[in-house]
Amino acid sequence: MKDALLEVRDLRTVFETRAGRICAVDGVSVAVRRGECLGIVGESGSGKSVTFASVMGLVKAPGRIESGTIVFDGRDLRGLSPRQMRAVRGRDIAMTMQDALTALNPALSVGEQIAEVLEAHDETLPARGAARRKAIRKASIEMLGLVGIPSAETRLRQYPHEFSGGMRQRIMIAIALACRPKLLIADEPTTALDVTIQAQVLELISDIRAKLGMSVALITHDLGVVAEHCDRVMVMYAGQVVEEGPTTEVIGAPKHPYTQGLLASIPRPALRGQPIHPIEGQVPDLIGLAPQCRFYSRCTQRREACLAPVEMRAAGPAHNARCILIGGDEE
Amino acid sequence: MSLLKVEGLSKHYEGRRGIFDRLTGAKHTVVRAVNEINLTVEKGEILGLIGESGCGKSTLGRAILRLHEPTRGEVTFDGTEVTALDAAALKAMRRRMQIIFQDPYACLNPRRTVAEIVGLPLKLHGLAANDAELREKVAAICAKVGLKPGQIDRYPHQFSGGQRQRIGIARALISHPEFIVCDEPVSALDVSIQAQIIALLLELKREMGLTYLFISHDISVIGYLADRVAVMYLGEIVEMGPVEQILANPRHPYTQSLMSAVPEVDHAGRNKRIRLAGDLPSPLNPPKGCKFHTRCPLAIDACRSQQPGAETVGPGHTAACHRLAENLSLLDETQA
Repeated sequence: MKDALLEVRDLRTVFETRAGRICAVDGVSVAVRRGECLGIVGESGSGKSVTFASVMGLVKAPGRIESGTIVFDGRDLRGLSPRQMRAVRGRDIAMTMQDALTALNPALSVGEQIAEVLEAHDETLPARGAARRKAIRKASIEMLGLVGIPSAETRLRQYPHEFSGGMRQRIMIAIALACRPKLLIADEPTTALDVTIQAQVLELISDIRAKLGMSVALITHDLGVVAEHCDRVMVMYAGQVVEEGPTTEVIGAPKHPYTQGLLASIPRPALRGQPIHPIEGQVPDLIGLAPQCRFYSRCTQRREACLAPVEMRAAGPAHNARCILIGGDEE
Repeated sequence: MSLLKVEGLSKHYEGRRGIFDRLTGAKHTVVRAVNEINLTVEKGEILGLIGESGCGKSTLGRAILRLHEPTRGEVTFDGTEVTALDAAALKAMRRRMQIIFQDPYACLNPRRTVAEIVGLPLKLHGLAANDAELREKVAAICAKVGLKPGQIDRYPHQFSGGQRQRIGIARALISHPEFIVCDEPVSALDVSIQAQIIALLLELKREMGLTYLFISHDISVIGYLADRVAVMYLGEIVEMGPVEQILANPRHPYTQSLMSAVPEVDHAGRNKRIRLAGDLPSPLNPPKGCKFHTRCPLAIDACRSQQPGAETVGPGHTAACHRLAENLSLLDETQA
């Protein structure tokens, strides 16, 4: 894809478990363009977090990346040594985790945790001594200011437990952004937060994205969040991408029965008095999957042809979905 | 007459006093988790209780059932004062008032089978003459909530989150209660499973003539299923009324900002967002006057000193705000 900052192709990440092989990410291709916000939607176990953990080189045994390419800013990340990868991680690509309380180190002050990133990556700092310490302090205060934490100078000395949930999420964003990364991967940044705080954090990410010109990959299960904050969206189901395209198209005119089902099953005031139509059944077990369409058992429009492997099909100029109903011949 | 009437209900928690505090005669720190709540629930309706974490909505639900003993106030259920019952009478009353918990992973005993978990209320209330009848009743209710007959001898860990929530629902329903506190029954579940459970709860309500107090932080869910809504902030109800009224014409600035903060698929980019500054204040040291004044863009001097009382603003619609008469809306103000 043109002007792609991150381009992942045919990524396959597997976990060898005692119960069997789990293909958590099965042939996922995804591109994040410069300056855009891509939403990644899916239920638990759909592979959305593992996809981006793979990009970050954070998949640990028993998991491993089996195949695929991950190209970031012209470099193949899979070909990098652990040392080279460490230099990318935190400087060029940064990630925030869902649960800020477990992601932050409880034994270090917030200032020390921001300084850690700067120490590791920021080459513009003075080499040593008081000047370096001063510069780090100044940069840390600036970061807390950027994410909207008041009285930053005193707050730097405090520990994670002294902050509220929304504030902790901001601190994690401050740490992630300390080196002005080109790509921020935000893994469910607001799932643990209340709506009024969620609104604050999402707006903060949007503001900073505009200010720093960075790209954002926003992992979420909330289609409302995607509708309001993302340029493009990718829907994942059982380890595969089932639909991707511009947000307005995917949400306004979804092509995959799973996306359609998800949208139809969100209870909302506009549907008062009407029955909601939940998607019946459950996400299939990822062990021993048949080659058929993974949504087959829950799909209301399933037919025999769905029992063969289904590829992504073009549903519009930039809109693709993994369903045989697309393309006219079955409609 | 209302099925459930709650008057002046409070639940306060006293902090522990260490030896230093006792020697110096320091006062107990008191968390007013639920403070002077008045509400009614009519037979057959769904009252939605909405608020952010820490606002006291779950504590209120539990205080109504006396799972947490209220500090003050009265709860009357179908003409009986629940708060005055002794232990034996309360136990009998619990058959008629049940609860469904938020976390389907924490609320089921991992060492009991589904049949044991769901059958326990029957045993406690002596509702089954023998084991065969008990099993029959368990199988019937399990079928009703969508569990397969072969599954009732399994243990909770063998089920997914949605299935476990169905077990919790079966346990609440087996004694044929009239009133159920649904304490965030869907917030731990995935979107497609949420819809299944909501559809199930609505179907059961219709079929069994149930009344729900539905606690949630999700306005979309409440807007979809509730008949009336109560909005809580720091232990108090700030606004209450018919759901259409609250959605179309919220009068309390907190309700307005809560509404505007919800990202919605339908209104992408259209709804004006009110930016609330800061976090929920600590309930240990709540602000004086109106508890919302520290975050309220409309706060005036009166809000900082006097607590506003609930005023009627429409049929069955009340709100507690000093500036109701001026008919201000944050939604207009931010657009200007």
